[in-house]
Amino acid sequence: MNSLYYQKKLSRNVGDKFFTFLSLFFALIAILPLIYVVTYIFIKGGAQINSDLFTLEPNPPGDDLDAGGINPALIGTLVITTIASIISIPVGVGGGIYLAEYSKGGPFSKFVRFGVNVLAGVPSIIAGVFIYALIVSTKILFGSMYSGLAGGMALSILMLPTVIKTTDEGLKLVPNELRYASLGIGASMYTTILKITLPTAFRSIATGIVLGIARAAGETAPLIFTALFSYYYITGFGDLFYEMGSLAVLIYNFALEPYDAQNKLAWAASFILVLSILIVNIFSRILAAFTEKTKRV
Amino acid sequence: MIKNTKNLQKKNILSLEDVSISYGTFEAVKNVFLNFKAGDITSLIGPSGCGKSTVLRALNRMNDLIPNCSLKGTVLFDGTNIYDKRVDPVEVRRRIGMVFQQPNPFPKSIYENIAFGARINGFTGDMDQLVESSLRKAAVWSECKDKLNDSGYSLSGGQQQRLCIARTIAIEPEIILMDEPCSALDPISTLKIEETMHELKKNYTIIIVTHNMQQALRVSDMTAFFNAIEYEDGDGGKVGYLAEFNSTKKIFNSPKEKTTQEYISGKFG
Repeated sequence: MNSLYYQKKLSRNVGDKFFTFLSLFFALIAILPLIYVVTYIFIKGGAQINSDLFTLEPNPPGDDLDAGGINPALIGTLVITTIASIISIPVGVGGGIYLAEYSKGGPFSKFVRFGVNVLAGVPSIIAGVFIYALIVSTKILFGSMYSGLAGGMALSILMLPTVIKTTDEGLKLVPNELRYASLGIGASMYTTILKITLPTAFRSIATGIVLGIARAAGETAPLIFTALFSYYYITGFGDLFYEMGSLAVLIYNFALEPYDAQNKLAWAASFILVLSILIVNIFSRILAAFTEKTKRV
Repeated sequence: MIKNTKNLQKKNILSLEDVSISYGTFEAVKNVFLNFKAGDITSLIGPSGCGKSTVLRALNRMNDLIPNCSLKGTVLFDGTNIYDKRVDPVEVRRRIGMVFQQPNPFPKSIYENIAFGARINGFTGDMDQLVESSLRKAAVWSECKDKLNDSGYSLSGGQQQRLCIARTIAIEPEIILMDEPCSALDPISTLKIEETMHELKKNYTIIIVTHNMQQALRVSDMTAFFNAIEYEDGDGGKVGYLAEFNSTKKIFNSPKEKTTQEYISGKFG
């Protein structure tokens, strides 16, 4: 008879220990790049942070030793992501509602779901080239070529699949009983969605939107083709129709410059970009936790 | 005898005429003829898979929400075939309310749970009063009155179910359908809901699906027994049919059909 006590030397126990440590080891390797990248950027970029950075325009490379600030790029990123959100949130949430609530699994909805999945896998540069061909080279937007508006449109293409998918999946998680309850007391489909299903799925939809924004804000390739870059302050509404700077493109441009001052600016911009994406992600977690709590009162 | 003549005088509020319901190509229940009388509690009983819940859901067009579900025949409510193309299912559901198997309050406050249905139905009177009277009628007022602003989920299962009944009452339907309303509840909550049903009977017609034969016996005036038979081609599939419909007393004391006798005595089901 075997003893009931735990025996370290038993081959199954040795194997068990070994694989536990092995998986732990790989898990550590997996998060290593994240830790390394974030720490490196925080150290290199964090050192460059000063108040001028947020208020000044960047100086053209080579002019003098002072590189200036990243104010236009910072505001540009905000403006372009806002435009992207304005386009993709209504379209995406609306599309998601159609898929989850109205479509009955017919060929059209299958086609749309497939299309959304394909769109999610499209390289971001394709979105840029598409908007370039559609808007920039045709000068269809009141004769303007490269513009913040075009940049926003390119990013909205990248946000769209995330928003549609999370809305669709968030709504599908709402128990059918809740829909039946509402329809069973004579609510119309429209009232049911607006007052019952959407509020219930709000948490996952909001999280999806926030993650979509975070992804779009860091994209470079689509903006190179659409918004290009600008050294100058954004002063008014009319600037939407001209080249607009953004943090991502600023990093791309200045990191490749041979001058140290510009390189430092690129590090600072990287720091701010990573930090804001991190904050947005943490915010979405808090949002999720918060709505979860209120739902279970 | 006297009671029988009284029964005859009650008017038919809802009639099924040769109703067959299929899910895709699978026929769930066929050739049902059934008359529901106003002011009665009618219970639908039968073994699993006999189509009694399907029939219940057909009465206020909840089956519309299930893909591929189709209905042949006519369901007459108030002289109108509710499956007529011109009929608006939303309007049907406003007049024929439903209480479901699982308590399903909205993720809102108790007050809002009641007010929601009334508001979308264009109720303009005193909402506080309506909430109170609905909760009273559903016999859950005393448990709720101090926490109307708490979430509906803060109540126990039985209280939630009575909240759902109150929510249905608040839209003042003519008929209340209940799909196994007590199957998720403990015996004491069940008893309370049955008491509630006796109260509601004064103002509403109630149709209830139940697995619990004792419950059918306790609450209902009329009982419809559904059964399922195998298809004639014998591929193992079953189709439901209405085996017997009579006053509850007769169904339980002197059923005409042998299968009814066997079912109520617990020989199968």
